[in-house]
Formats: sequence, structure tokens, C-alpha cells
Amino acid sequence: MQGESVLVAGLIEACRVTIAANRDHLCELDREIGDGDHGTNMQRGCEAVSAEEKDLARLPLPDALEKIGLTLVMNIGGAAGPLYGTLLMEMGRKLRNRDREEEFPVVLKQAIDAVARRGRAHAGDKTLLDVLYPVHDALAQRSPLTDVARRAELSADLTAPMKAMRGRASYLGDRSIGHVDPGASSCALLTTAICRYLQENYPE
Amino acid sequence: MSEKTANVGIVIVSHSPLVAQGIADMVRQMVGDCVPLAWSGGNVRGELGTDAGGILRAIEAAWSDAGVAIFVDLGGAETNSEMAIEMLGSPRSKFVSICNAPLVEGAVIAAAEASGGASLAKVVATAEELSP
Ligand SMILES: [Mg+2]
Repeated sequence: MQGESVLVAGLIEACRVTIAANRDHLCELDREIGDGDHGTNMQRGCEAVSAEEKDLARLPLPDALEKIGLTLVMNIGGAAGPLYGTLLMEMGRKLRNRDREEEFPVVLKQAIDAVARRGRAHAGDKTLLDVLYPVHDALAQRSPLTDVARRAELSADLTAPMKAMRGRASYLGDRSIGHVDPGASSCALLTTAICRYLQENYPE
Repeated sequence: MSEKTANVGIVIVSHSPLVAQGIADMVRQMVGDCVPLAWSGGNVRGELGTDAGGILRAIEAAWSDAGVAIFVDLGGAETNSEMAIEMLGSPRSKFVSICNAPLVEGAVIAAAEASGGASLAKVVATAEELSP
């Protein structure tokens, strides 16, 4: 329990820091194919979670994840709020109810599928799913965390040649091609921050 | 206030507080107070954006036992409205529908229909006739 609370607090801070450092970059990406607010939206969400850090760290991990998800929904705004919120809330719910043998990648996959349903999106639609699915694959293959992070960043870059099928970028049609998706980018940044934190503090 | 709960409620959701409030004014002008009406515009800070918590409060404010029809502008408004409906919880969530209709015309026509005591299904269907 003590270990979990340190883990939750550490991950919250790692995510907050990477989003703050990349806020302008994320807004810039969103300005190319959307409305330019992804960085500020994500920062608002992460700060709201940080503000609740003390309460969150006291909760069992599934409850903490679910509460973080709700806070993200209530504070990010835009489609990213419900998508990231659903990811965290579903992870919390699935972790709470999982069979003992079920490993984390199985739980993650179920949460990612819930995000896909929420956004009515599929792999290849130029969304954060194009990072989440490869991250899940890497984890399921038991790749080292450095490789998981690298896979996330590469996958975000690979959204550039895709044509947006969901969200505001889809209004641009073919003109969305050639730009990295901001949601995929924030997802890769968060994945990298989480992997780095785990490597530094919980070496395998 | 049995009269207030008899007619279907209308909720307007826009990325812009000005748009949401403006449409609510137009609806109010059409149907007066006989249709429960509320709006949510902008993000938690009142800037352009969407706010799931604000939408949830709007649904509560426009609540009617006959149900609530929601009108949204762009994608994020729809996704956040779905989230808000989920947070409303069962059984009330079953009596809330997001209309696939143009925001201004849809809300006004739906409100006119609702003011005559039409069911939620009828209100939604009438508004959605506007969408090709
Ligand atoms: Mg945006």
C-alpha cells in the first residue's frame, strides 16, 4: 500500500512535468490540424490531477486510477478529456475486477478498446489509439521499457502520413496528411515519461 | 411544478458560451417557459471548448421525467455529452438523447415539438429530419 502511494504520486508528477514542458509543442501540433488547444487542455487536466495528488496517493491503485480518469474528464475538455478519462477509469475498473492471473497488458487492452468505442475510432484513424495499440503490443511482448517508450514515439511519428478520420482534423481531409496527431503525440510523451519513471525508480 | 416536468427538456452544448447562450435565447423566445431548457458552452474556464461537468449540470437543470434532448456543435461536444450522460447514471441516462441535427434549427424545432407535449422519441425524430 505504501509502495503504491509512492508510485501513484511519482507517476502523476512525471506526467505533469512532461506535459508542462511540451505544452506549446502540443498546441502547435493542434494548430496545424485542429483548434490549437491540446497543450493547454492537457496541462489543465494534469494540474487538476496534481492538485488531488495527496488524496489520490491514499487510495488503492484501482480507485486512484478511476478518480484520476474522472478528474481528467472534468478538466481537460475537448475530445481528449473523455478519451484519456475513459482509459484511466476503465483501467481502474478492470484492475479492481480482474482475475488474479490476468496480467497488466490484458487490463490495458480492455481499457484501450473502451477508448476506441468512446471515440468510435479504429487503428489508423490518426488518433491516440495509434500509439496505445503499439504500446500494448510492446508490453504484451514483454519488451524492455526503453523499447516501449521508443515504440510509442515512433508510433506517434507514424501518424503523420495518416489521414484523419475522427475529430476536427477530419474536416481537413487530405490536408491532415503530413502532420503528427497531437493526441498521439501527448500519448507518446506520457508513455515515455511513465517508462522513464519506472526504469529509474523500479529497475527490473 | 408538474407542468415543468411534463415536456421534454432541451440542452444546448457548444464550444462557445456565446453560441450556446444565444441559441438558448432563441429557443426561449419560441416556447417561453413551458420547456425545461439549459445550456453549456466553453470549457471549465469559460474559454472556447467543452466541459463534461457543465453538460452534466445542464442536463440536471433541464431535467424532465419525459426525457432530455441534447444538441451539440462539434465532435468534442458530442463525446463530452456522452460522458455526461454516463455520469448521470442509470436509469435517467436512458431518457437522454443526443440529436444528430443542426444546432440552431434542431434546438428550435425540437423545442417547438416539445412544447406541444411530444415524446422524447418524437422530439428527436423531428429534429433529426433536418439532417440529410
Ligand atoms: Mg483541440
